[in-house]
Amino acid sequence: MTRRAAIMLVALALFALLAPWLAPYQAGEAFSGFLHAPPMRPHLDGLSPVVHPLVLADRLEQRFEIDSSRTVKLPWIERDAAAPVFLLGADDFGRDVLSRLLYGARTSIGLALVATLGAVLIGALAGAWAGYRGGWIDEAIMRVADFVLVLPVIYVVLVLRAVLPLVLPPSTVFLLVSWIFVLVGWPFVAKGVRAIVAVERNREYVQAAQSLGAGPLRILAVHLIPACGGHLLVQATLLLPAFILAEATLSFIGLGFPDPIASWGTMLAGAGNYNAVARFPWTLAPAVAIFAIVLSTNLLTSQPSPRNR
Amino acid sequence: MGRYLLRRLGFGLLLVFVVSSAALLLTRLAPGDIAAPQCLELSAEKCAELRASLGLNRPFLPQYLSWLGGVIRFDFGRSLLYSRPVGSLLGERALNTAVLAIFALLAATLIGIPLGIYTGTRAGIMRSIVRAISLIGISVPPLIGSLALVFLAARTGWLPVGGMTSSGGLELTWAAWFADLARHVPLPALALAIPMAATLERLQSEAIASASHEPFVAASRARGVDRSRSILHHAWPVSLRPVLGLYGVMIGSLFSGSFVVEVVTSWPGLGRLMFDALKARDLFLVAGCAATGAFFLAAGTLLSDLLLAYTDPRVTTGESR
Repeated sequence: MTRRAAIMLVALALFALLAPWLAPYQAGEAFSGFLHAPPMRPHLDGLSPVVHPLVLADRLEQRFEIDSSRTVKLPWIERDAAAPVFLLGADDFGRDVLSRLLYGARTSIGLALVATLGAVLIGALAGAWAGYRGGWIDEAIMRVADFVLVLPVIYVVLVLRAVLPLVLPPSTVFLLVSWIFVLVGWPFVAKGVRAIVAVERNREYVQAAQSLGAGPLRILAVHLIPACGGHLLVQATLLLPAFILAEATLSFIGLGFPDPIASWGTMLAGAGNYNAVARFPWTLAPAVAIFAIVLSTNLLTSQPSPRNR
Repeated sequence: MGRYLLRRLGFGLLLVFVVSSAALLLTRLAPGDIAAPQCLELSAEKCAELRASLGLNRPFLPQYLSWLGGVIRFDFGRSLLYSRPVGSLLGERALNTAVLAIFALLAATLIGIPLGIYTGTRAGIMRSIVRAISLIGISVPPLIGSLALVFLAARTGWLPVGGMTSSGGLELTWAAWFADLARHVPLPALALAIPMAATLERLQSEAIASASHEPFVAASRARGVDRSRSILHHAWPVSLRPVLGLYGVMIGSLFSGSFVVEVVTSWPGLGRLMFDALKARDLFLVAGCAATGAFFLAAGTLLSDLLLAYTDPRVTTGESR
């Protein structure tokens, strides 16, 4: 089970990485005649997979009919600008949901990865320093960590993001949001690292290294932080889905990425009213993607104990 | 115990103070203010006049101090967005959020705990099914859950989608208003409760499985206590400690979750209010919402810690050590 979950996560990451090659269309490419076009089902015509193109039946109701007299090849084989193929349907601007899902994975997973790495790095450094030095440094760092931990996280993220200019270039949003996530995420890592380091620094191997003349930096980097490896890995797998979700939430309410940028949050924001959700359920595709990521990280981290199997 | 309580209360007050002050300061520093949209259409002098009449041109320190002076007398200032005192607005919205949170907690407890006891003590196909469902449950965060439920409700028409009541509510009798509310609560409460119920199930399952391997449970069985009684009366109380500990943690996630659910389902709660206040740069309302949020969180954590100490006398409060 754990193995399958890991494979699924790697596959999702690969999809994100290879988005420009896998996606049939550009993330921002809009087909004005195909707003909210439903998903098309491919079938085999001889050996090559084809779909029947859609014809707009009623512009007012945004109703499409399948033109089964014609077939169109899949866009990976041959692109036909007049008859685009939407395997997962189209959104409210007539953009291909599948392409946006793939490009959105880049933005969403990329942001979460950067924020997770940042939070783990800063958390590990702060926690290790606190645990190794002890005394007032320890006290100060841990008080700050405790304080951040009891804050209402969602309000902190909201306030920090909302007080900055609302319209910013996407790259700035990326940096800014990842910094905000690092700011609320590091204490989760630091607390555990501090506890481990405070115990480990009195172990024989550390004393041996000290007596051989290793400085504190070397001891921290070579001996103590690696000793926290397991904890860091677990925290990273917990933070990653939390950050993906946080990005989705921020973009959903309009405080994340601006619309033309594809991220899972901006896609959900486009889907998010009752009418649209009921009529065009395929626009909820990013919700399924987020569910898949959370599910596989849960499979990775939580197994029943041997006694409870 | 008294000193412990006092210290915790003091810390909670400090938290509320710091959070609301920081929110006020940050919102004040933010670009734009509440008059900005109107100023687009006004001349510079008219705009300055408007700002002066709203008190927006005061320097930060006097503004902050007079706000603080008001807060001590439970006067949280006036919301310029809603043209109402912040205090009454907060009370109304906080109550809505509390209704949602309480129903969600109740549902999560009533679903999660019994299922956890079941899966922790029985083997078989049913256990595997419950476990699989619960694994899916913890993977449905409130954002995803509420979107899925909204989709389901809009498609089937089983439950009303969005809002807290269908009509204005004023012309309704109490009973009708209550029935209306009862139809609107399940969807958002369920979206919040699903991951919590699943988390509770898993933890309770682990806790009771390890507790039922303790010698005193075997001893109760040896005395002739039947199986279900020995689980419920001997193993379960001991297994409660980690479970109750989780409630303290869950209050935080309940809070974040309820914000999302409120936005998706248009529930007129604290989270939505905070969001609207932030967007409009309504200074005192932002500070008030942040203070209420911090207060809820501190109070919830304290309550769960007290509950823990009450059910398990082994929990020390830091004095007896």
